[in-house]
Amino acid sequence: MALFQTVLGVLLHGLAYAMVLYLISVGLSVTMGLLGIANLAHGIFAMAGGYLTMTLLSAQGWSLPLALAVSFLGIATLGAIMERLLYARLHGASELDQVLFSIGLIFIGTAAFQYVFGPLAIRVSLPAALRGAISFGEFSFPTYRALLIVSGVAVFAALWLSIEHTLIGARVRATVENPTMAKTLGVNTRLLYTGVFALGSGLAALGGSLGAELIPLFPNYASVHLASFLIVVAVGGLGTIKGPFFAAILLGVADTACKLIAPDMAAFFTYAAVFAILTVKPNGLFGIAK
Amino acid sequence: MNSSLKASIIDAHQRRDRLHPYEVLPWLTAALIFFLFPQFLNLGAHVLVTIIFVLSMDLLIGYAGIVTLGHAAFYGAGAYAAGILCVSAGINEPFTGLAVGTIVGGVVGILSGLMILRTRGLALLILSLALLLLLQEAANQASAWTGGADGLSGMSMAPLFGKYRFGLDGKVIYLYSLGVLFVCWLFLRMLLATPFGRSVVGIRENAVRMAAIGANVRRRELAIFTIAAAMAGLAGALAAQIDQFVSLNMLSFELSGMVLVILALGGVSRLYGAFLGTPVFFIAQDYLSKDNPVYWNFWLGLLLVAIVLFARGGVLGILARGFGRMRLQPAASSALSQARS
Repeated sequence: MALFQTVLGVLLHGLAYAMVLYLISVGLSVTMGLLGIANLAHGIFAMAGGYLTMTLLSAQGWSLPLALAVSFLGIATLGAIMERLLYARLHGASELDQVLFSIGLIFIGTAAFQYVFGPLAIRVSLPAALRGAISFGEFSFPTYRALLIVSGVAVFAALWLSIEHTLIGARVRATVENPTMAKTLGVNTRLLYTGVFALGSGLAALGGSLGAELIPLFPNYASVHLASFLIVVAVGGLGTIKGPFFAAILLGVADTACKLIAPDMAAFFTYAAVFAILTVKPNGLFGIAK
Repeated sequence: MNSSLKASIIDAHQRRDRLHPYEVLPWLTAALIFFLFPQFLNLGAHVLVTIIFVLSMDLLIGYAGIVTLGHAAFYGAGAYAAGILCVSAGINEPFTGLAVGTIVGGVVGILSGLMILRTRGLALLILSLALLLLLQEAANQASAWTGGADGLSGMSMAPLFGKYRFGLDGKVIYLYSLGVLFVCWLFLRMLLATPFGRSVVGIRENAVRMAAIGANVRRRELAIFTIAAAMAGLAGALAAQIDQFVSLNMLSFELSGMVLVILALGGVSRLYGAFLGTPVFFIAQDYLSKDNPVYWNFWLGLLLVAIVLFARGGVLGILARGFGRMRLQPAASSALSQARS
């Protein structure tokens, strides 16, 4: 029984972490697949969203749903503006230019947040309703993490349904597959790029806000967690909704299990596993070969 | 193609490989600094070592067109190899340390290259990053050998050539680094003029066509990857020796990023981008981070974005375009019109 509880605990805690990774990375996966831009600075959107939500919660005393909604919309708008002004110029640029550009954005973002909020991680103040735990007999699980799992799965379901069963979703899939053909058939790819980028940024903001207790918000957030976000995208495969979902679960649960069994070696095992997976399957586990 | 045009093309290639008078400038500057600014020799040695590291990255990114985020892996591997050799094995002769660092960098390069180079694009970026983080974790965990998070200290180097001690005034380490840099530069200069060096640039430009004319693309890429890794290992070993200290920062993503920035600043695939970008970076860092290091990161980021959007090719790229407008372009266009007629 104790073993069962441990395994269930690892699974659920891993799942909660995985959903944060998913929320942040799914936008990156779709924009990378769609625009073909290696946007290493995606974490900046998650960080900005997290800071915005926490400020609205603690300084302004807003309720969590309202703060989340404002943060989502605010960062989505920021994403749309940046796509139009900056990222649009990177279409067809060399890989090196894209890497340099996004590293530059990471530097700017890190410096800006350090200037405004200071170098230390900010305090996360959760609403009282989320501080407790849900109990089933002897097993109990934090309410906050349960909320993470529910929202991650809900976002996945919504994205999956809209990408597979709506006209806009079909346009996105067509453009990932073959942008020139999609354009020829009358898809407004320019608008699509901006829209998808905005949605991806907004979701990252959601992930950064909801996950703030698991992944602390501090100015170096974007570069420190860059590898995790990129790993989810690469292992899952570019340009899909499903890929990063399962990759995030894999990474989240494996990481949580490793931390329990061999805390010192967790990072080492994770990177070794990623190395092995990508060497065997360079397009990721669910990727479309291009 | 008529024979006179063919001859003129061959002549143009040979002229490009010949030493240009401008190429004496970096060495002249280095000599002047040694005699005129003795207070900067310690900093100067670090600039020279970084130039070697940046050169190795330029070989990979600029000439071979393989963009990685993990080049610091080889630098760090070389540094730890030289450090462990000195501290644990007690072998503190400087040139032995350099040789071991170079070999270790090259071996890590060829082993990882066999796997990393199977992929392209995002997968390659992440695999190289994963390799770097893997080594960093390994170095962090193997603290009995590496000192872990505290770094590896207690290196004491034997005198150079058994005679010249690594003093506090920085004279010996400056000349030592300058000598190693000169050898590296000479090696690269010659390597890039060989058919192999040319074919690597050809692969960057069009890998399919190079394969079609009979070049074994994978093997050549692996060779250039290994050479770049070995040179990075050499730079790491040299850095470890002149600092007599190795830290986990030498295996960090930040270091890979810094070198990328220097390369972008100076100019990619120009060989002299490293010579120009590195001192500019160090001076700017010193000047801009005096008040607050936060500002430095901000300006650095802004500069990077600006380079990508407005000034691709860095400082040397801007210079080349400026001169090109004055001189090279008319010559090129007249040659072109001759070829057409």
